[in-house]
Amino acid sequence: MVRFIGRRIFFAIVTILLVSAAVFAIFSFLPFDPASLTCGQRCTPQIIEGNRIKLGFDKPIYEQYWLFLSGIFVGRTYGSGSAAFSCPAPAFGYSFNENACVTDMIKESLPITLNLAVGALVIWLVLGISLGVIAAKFKNRWPDTSSSVFVLLGTSLPTFVTGLALLIWVSIKWKIVPMSLDGYVSVLDSPSRWFMYFILPWITLAIAYAALYTRFTRAAVLDTLGEDYIRTARAKGVRERTVLFKHTLRAVLAPIVTLAGLDFAGLVGGAIITETIFNLPGLARLTLRSVYEFDLPVVLATTILAAVVVIVMNLIVDMLYAVLDPRVRI
Amino acid sequence: MSKEIILSVTDLTKHFPVKKSKDRKKAVVKAVDGISFDLHAGETLGLVGESGCGKTTAGRTILKLTEPTSGSIVFEGQDITKFKHGKMTSLRAQMQIIFQDPYSALNPRQTIGKIISAPFEIQGVNPTGGVKNAVQSLMERVGLNPEHYNRYPHEFSGGQRQRIGIARAIALKPRFIVADEPVSALDVSIQAQVINLLDDLQREDGISMVFIAHDLSVVQHISDRVAVMYLGKVMEIGPTANLYHSSHHPYTKALLSAVPQPDPRSEKSRERIILSGDLPSPINPPSGCVFNTRCWKAQDKCRTEVPQLVQLGGTQVACHFPE
Amino acid sequence: MSELLRINDLHVAFPTDDGLVRAVDGVSLTVSQGETVAIVGESGSGKTVTSLSVMGLHKKGTAEISGSISVAHDGGFLDVITASEEEIRSMRGRSVAMIFQDPMSALHPYYKIGDQLAEAYLVHNPGKKKEAAARAVEMLDLVGISEPAQRAKEFPHQFSGGMRQRVMIAMALMNSPKMLIADEPTTALDVTVQAQILTLLASLQKEFNMGILLITHDLGVVAQVSEKVNVMYAGRIVEQGGVDDIFYNPMQPYTLGLLKSVPRISATGSERLKAIPGQPPSLISLPAGCAFAPRCEYIKFADSNACATQMPALVGTSAGHTSRCHIDESKRQASFAEAMKEVR
Repeated sequence: MVRFIGRRIFFAIVTILLVSAAVFAIFSFLPFDPASLTCGQRCTPQIIEGNRIKLGFDKPIYEQYWLFLSGIFVGRTYGSGSAAFSCPAPAFGYSFNENACVTDMIKESLPITLNLAVGALVIWLVLGISLGVIAAKFKNRWPDTSSSVFVLLGTSLPTFVTGLALLIWVSIKWKIVPMSLDGYVSVLDSPSRWFMYFILPWITLAIAYAALYTRFTRAAVLDTLGEDYIRTARAKGVRERTVLFKHTLRAVLAPIVTLAGLDFAGLVGGAIITETIFNLPGLARLTLRSVYEFDLPVVLATTILAAVVVIVMNLIVDMLYAVLDPRVRI
Repeated sequence: MSKEIILSVTDLTKHFPVKKSKDRKKAVVKAVDGISFDLHAGETLGLVGESGCGKTTAGRTILKLTEPTSGSIVFEGQDITKFKHGKMTSLRAQMQIIFQDPYSALNPRQTIGKIISAPFEIQGVNPTGGVKNAVQSLMERVGLNPEHYNRYPHEFSGGQRQRIGIARAIALKPRFIVADEPVSALDVSIQAQVINLLDDLQREDGISMVFIAHDLSVVQHISDRVAVMYLGKVMEIGPTANLYHSSHHPYTKALLSAVPQPDPRSEKSRERIILSGDLPSPINPPSGCVFNTRCWKAQDKCRTEVPQLVQLGGTQVACHFPE
Repeated sequence: MSELLRINDLHVAFPTDDGLVRAVDGVSLTVSQGETVAIVGESGSGKTVTSLSVMGLHKKGTAEISGSISVAHDGGFLDVITASEEEIRSMRGRSVAMIFQDPMSALHPYYKIGDQLAEAYLVHNPGKKKEAAARAVEMLDLVGISEPAQRAKEFPHQFSGGMRQRVMIAMALMNSPKMLIADEPTTALDVTVQAQILTLLASLQKEFNMGILLITHDLGVVAQVSEKVNVMYAGRIVEQGGVDDIFYNPMQPYTLGLLKSVPRISATGSERLKAIPGQPPSLISLPAGCAFAPRCEYIKFADSNACATQMPALVGTSAGHTSRCHIDESKRQASFAEAMKEVR
């Protein structure tokens, strides 16, 4: 088991290195001069050349990549002498547009995105799994029919529609949830404000995913209920409730966890519409803004970050699967 | 029966590489591990054994549906062991296979006519009287209603589907057929129909056949000779009558005694050899004689020395201490 | 010998889009203590549907069931068809246990063997966890699994097919049931392993004086282990009797056909098999008369009009040997005796 995990971690690291190198190479071959993008309208060739040297864009690409990598571990100092400025480790580059270390920008937006994604994940799992189980249990009866209406709505309504509808009705018309004008608050500082800040975005994201998970859970539960080992359990005299909540749910958990892990990874840096509608300065918004403004160091860093999250979630999912399914245990 | 040898298999092996996760060493499953036999024209060789003995792999390797690891296959005087795909395709008209599961072996989206005529199309054969005519006469021959030409596989029962598979296999008048558990999925009354059909066709067309099955009673009814396989090796091979009535290998004896017969009086009185334990893993087969872990006669020699097939009475036996 | 199971005029039908599938059509049989009663038939004959009915395992709303199924339970008899869900549940696994065809899929892949066995005990003896765990190990030992305490901690995929069927048998014995239903218990196993399992079942039956209802398609298995036999065809019992009656003196053309068509390891070697022509009927559009009539080669000895229109009654000649057939008795005896000479 330890060996298995060790190997998986090793391969995950190799994958991350390969992905980061690929992303780095793509950005280097873009038909932009990164140095000329570092200053705005009032640029002079001297400033550009100065920035080029400062940021290391004058060096060959493999050296730039090496500097980028080593910056992650030891931090990075740009320029020299009195004009030098440095980003402490882990340094992912420097944004001239914002005059800030990329790491600091990510540090501000990542918690928001994580809060958003984790909260939505919890809601959609609880909602999706329970609706799926209920629908399967009462197959072709009214709970099943009504849940299928929910599935249809959830999967067909785009998030900007549900998001805007929630915003307009719940926040503006009914004023149940205040518009989040005060900005992000950590759950540790004020749980109630934190909750109010995130509840609508959570619901927006969760509805779409919960619909998918309802459909998935319903199908998985119905499949499992037809399995021979479920018949065995009934033949032992196990109560129908136990058959459903112990024997059946246990079997559908493993595929749901896999799905959830990957969907969660997709949300980190991918919840663009939700973050935009609710004005959440999360990772997706950061990426989007950087793309608009050709803020390449930030785009580079967030792209790599998104890839790392996917790889790490894959790793976690594999390990969870090994815990959940004894057949893949090593 | 003519003495012409149509197929000659020598020391055939097929090893599948597997990854053993425990120590990450490369291991192999010795699915077929050195089998040899000759098949005469018009003869049926039964290949019996329990699951995992390699009989199905053997059948597929002989037809080169999977590449052999070593050994040679000589078909009608040609060494086909090293034949590539293109050369094999033209030979396929001569060598056919019938599968166990009559349903999964048929494309559900094709009509029966289309399925049975596929061999003509692939080989570019234009039968006299046209393809449709040829297919319908084939259908008639295997006991299907020719009017069902345009029906789909799901409209047929298991036995009828197996007839479709047989019609497809005999379409090009092959000289050699591998029948891989052709009746295992069928009910008794239907099973007998299909066995009789195979028997008739074979006699009429002079087809040679390797008949693979786990059911010894079925094999006895269709085979001229029988080979008993265990963990990739032939334990005993010989003419059917000899093998069933004076077998020498302990495994053959145990296998025969384990098959319950529809005869309650003799069933309730007869002594039965009950083998202990399960089949060992083919990744890590026992040293010496592969059967030694379950054999009641096993001695030290059996654990170290691999017994060779030698003639004994009416059969060839691979055993240090034959009965 | 006290009776453990009485099935009387059982009908089971499944409504489908294509029509009503009459899977079981008037089945009556009994099983007593210490005896093995076999139901033999081909796929679609209704043998498994019958056994699942005894356990009340047909899903509510999917099956239309009538007749009566009385199971010896807690000193009296429980009618499974009219009993409440809770009554049936307390019967399952305690008065009647069941083992299934495919031991590979009949065990939950995610739970330890020991826990799955213990659960069978715990559902009927709540709270007795220690006892259940100890009993699980004891039962594993009883069915011939070495190092039972160790193996109880393993998962099903770590067991071979034969070992899993032993585990299933151990699970069935957890509550010392008086009766066991074995639905094709050896069909998925190799012959040498089948021999092990059949021997084990026979010795356990003797030890616990269990009644066994054996469902199988294999006449050899029937001959080896059972005392009474029910031959089913298209949802009906077509012949019922002692094992010797059925195998040496069949009274019904289908039974005879089965005996003639089954391949045997025989002295004469590879003589031609005598197949039953035709296909079993669709259970949706069963003929009004005898379901076997379209395939019957003895119909010439009967009033073919009666065969086509009237379902023959299950009538007996000798003690406990009954069959459904319109053939004239004297003609039948002569021709069947002739046919039986060819068998083996």
